[in-house]
Amino acid sequence: MQSKAIAAPRPRASMRDIQWQNYVVYIFFAVVLLFFALTIGDKGFLSVLNLFNIARTTAMITVIAVAMTFVISAGELDLSVGSTAALSALTCAMVMQAGYPWPAAVIASLMAGMAVGSLNGFFVTVIGIPSFLVTLGMMQFIRGVDMRVTYTNPISITNPTFNGLFGSGNIGGVPSLLIWSVVIAVLGHIVLKYTGFGRAVLATGGNRLAAEYSGVKTRRIKFAVFLMSGAAAALAGMLYSGMMQTARFNFGEGAELMAIAAVILGGTSLFGGKGTILGTFAGSLLIGTINNGLIIMGLDVSEQMMVSGGIIILAVAFGKKPAS
Amino acid sequence: MTDILAMSDIQKSFAHIPVLKRVNFTLRRGEIHALMGGNGAGKSTLMKILTGVYRRDGGTIRIDGQPADYHDTLSAERAGVAMIFQEFSLVPTLTVAQNIFLAREPHIPGTPFINNAEMVRRSHALLQDLGVDIDPEQLVSGLSVGYMQIVEIAKALSKKARILVMDEPTSSLSETETEALFALVRRLRAQGLSVVYISHRMAEILTLCDRVTVMRDGEAVMTADCADLSVQTIVGAMLGEGNSASFVWHDRGAAPTTPPILQVRNLTLAKRIVDVSFDIRPGEIVGLAGLMGSGRTEIAETIFGRRAALSGEILLDGAPVRGQADAIARGIAMVPEDRRKMGLVLDHSVRDNIVLPNLARFTRFLFMRDAVAAATVDRTISNLSIKTDSPDKLARLLSGGNQQKIVIGKWLARDPRLLILDEPTIGVDIGAKSEIVDTVRAMADRGTAVLVISSELEELMAISDRILVLHGGRIADQMNRRDVANEEELHHAIQGHRRPASEGIHA
Repeated sequence: MQSKAIAAPRPRASMRDIQWQNYVVYIFFAVVLLFFALTIGDKGFLSVLNLFNIARTTAMITVIAVAMTFVISAGELDLSVGSTAALSALTCAMVMQAGYPWPAAVIASLMAGMAVGSLNGFFVTVIGIPSFLVTLGMMQFIRGVDMRVTYTNPISITNPTFNGLFGSGNIGGVPSLLIWSVVIAVLGHIVLKYTGFGRAVLATGGNRLAAEYSGVKTRRIKFAVFLMSGAAAALAGMLYSGMMQTARFNFGEGAELMAIAAVILGGTSLFGGKGTILGTFAGSLLIGTINNGLIIMGLDVSEQMMVSGGIIILAVAFGKKPAS
Repeated sequence: MTDILAMSDIQKSFAHIPVLKRVNFTLRRGEIHALMGGNGAGKSTLMKILTGVYRRDGGTIRIDGQPADYHDTLSAERAGVAMIFQEFSLVPTLTVAQNIFLAREPHIPGTPFINNAEMVRRSHALLQDLGVDIDPEQLVSGLSVGYMQIVEIAKALSKKARILVMDEPTSSLSETETEALFALVRRLRAQGLSVVYISHRMAEILTLCDRVTVMRDGEAVMTADCADLSVQTIVGAMLGEGNSASFVWHDRGAAPTTPPILQVRNLTLAKRIVDVSFDIRPGEIVGLAGLMGSGRTEIAETIFGRRAALSGEILLDGAPVRGQADAIARGIAMVPEDRRKMGLVLDHSVRDNIVLPNLARFTRFLFMRDAVAAATVDRTISNLSIKTDSPDKLARLLSGGNQQKIVIGKWLARDPRLLILDEPTIGVDIGAKSEIVDTVRAMADRGTAVLVISSELEELMAISDRILVLHGGRIADQMNRRDVANEEELHHAIQGHRRPASEGIHA
């Protein structure tokens, strides 16, 4: 019908129509990098050692945030990842302390994380409690467990292989932590973008009911993302303990919020249905870079927190689509 | 002069594309004036200019002879124009009275405190005037859609509206609610209110309205008294020189004698459905008629495996259907009644929506085969002539008709054995409507069994080979379409009156 020719006013491709909001995290990242390079480039910010350092300190957040991207894309939230990371670190350390080989410790640690993930998934998908509440409670509960089993004492990890692989070591001159975060990010990117599972996750978060009517088993999908989140938290816990060569009950405090910030900065919708791992990776690096640069600039912790908090709000504000 | 509203030479372009080309529209005092046209014809743009949502590029608006030069909704309201949107502007967690006076609450004189008693009293008076018995202190969330509609009208009247614009007001109302609404609108007309009534439903327009203006391609192509019009004339004006052949029933021949694809046996559901049995054979299009709330959707969802039956059987190709996964795997496809809530991921692309039910098909060793999927998506878009700039366009941005085509199209690739359509053309313009009818017929011709649920008898009459009438929790009547003379006859059957000559055709 000829009426369709002029039917809805169709936007023509022009500069105004480029959705640069989608790229705001990369723009911010570039701007922040440039700013620090110009102001403190001569104070060692640009040294390879320091850049590796940024990657090292953000590895834990990156790993958690990659899984969090799946959780948020599916329309859920996981606040329990920080205390789960500590639980897994402690599990790992205690298993090694008891004399078992490190691979056994790694497996035990992953199982601890996935156990928490399954519990979250169970309460969300079977009992039907909103994930915000389930994981808020779980965050508190697991942190309590962490404190109780160790009487708040640190447990040191002396296995050099474990410490080298997870955290402190270098592989071919590249910090193992950087390798871990890149591997996890690439893996996450592929799964979210190129697999049927990834599509199902996005559809579940985009419109659960429509996904169900299309035959997507949304409960299974939701359960799976919590399981992934638990496993990622476990890995993050091991990376942190490997870096510190010790495990402590307070590992990962606030990590859940940092990870959520990284995910949202990266352009994933807080309401589900839209997510990108590359953005999350950039978001995580952005947070790490800001913190690192501010330290080199000589700001104290209180000032660092104020500035990095402000930048996060600003970046999200710029990334917001204009209200129509 | 009896015109309360005169819009002349209204022009509007979006991104240099004219959507309104010098449109003239007048509204008489105390008339109900239907505004019709396909999606994109420009009727909602025109009304958005009237209500101050959009700024016009040219032309004049006069209300009561006074030029109205407002460019925001608040000034439009002050000028006496109010609009009732398809999606209500009510806050479900507030009471009726709180909603009616939202942001305009009466205060206790000299204090910042809201005078609740006064607000409730005035709401009560307003609702009494409208002839409905709604407790002003009831929460809106507890109201039926029909009552919400009336609260919305009360809200408009409380703002002293003289011109009321109603956009598809009956799209989610039951038959009784629709009747009540019509009575109300007629009463308001008698009191001098002028109403612009946007709807796609022909029958409605002809019973309710005084005049009709039809828009096409951004122009008002016809304004005429309803008394002089037939459905054909209106459809003709909406479609232009094109024809409306698809909406005319044609006999697809005798029912096939092949064994049925679907057999429903003594189905009983928790609510309302007592004992329902029927068959559908390959290539047959069966309409399911019944009042709103008679359990039609529940039956459809049970066949699709989303609900469990209390008793009875659903057999597909002779074997029972066990749950939704089994239903889909064995070739049942469902187009649910609310496409925005259940049919589409609105913020995903046309492509992703079409791919969604086919994820498993397009996945090999976990990975999506995007190239294979793209071919299917392109074919679906062209087969159904889905009007979209690209497969990457968000489903949200398409018109209702094109959205519905996506919901149908996403099942097409699976070549379903049985296609269930629940209210497939609600909010779909006449052009897309006939295209959808064509698609369904083509699928049936290729051997798909089709079950259509619709509240629009016109649609059931146009598409069905056989019509099942659901009444009192049973299939009260089955009629071959060719034996049904007119909509009237079907209407009677739905209301529970058995046709005098009916023997019921049992497949």
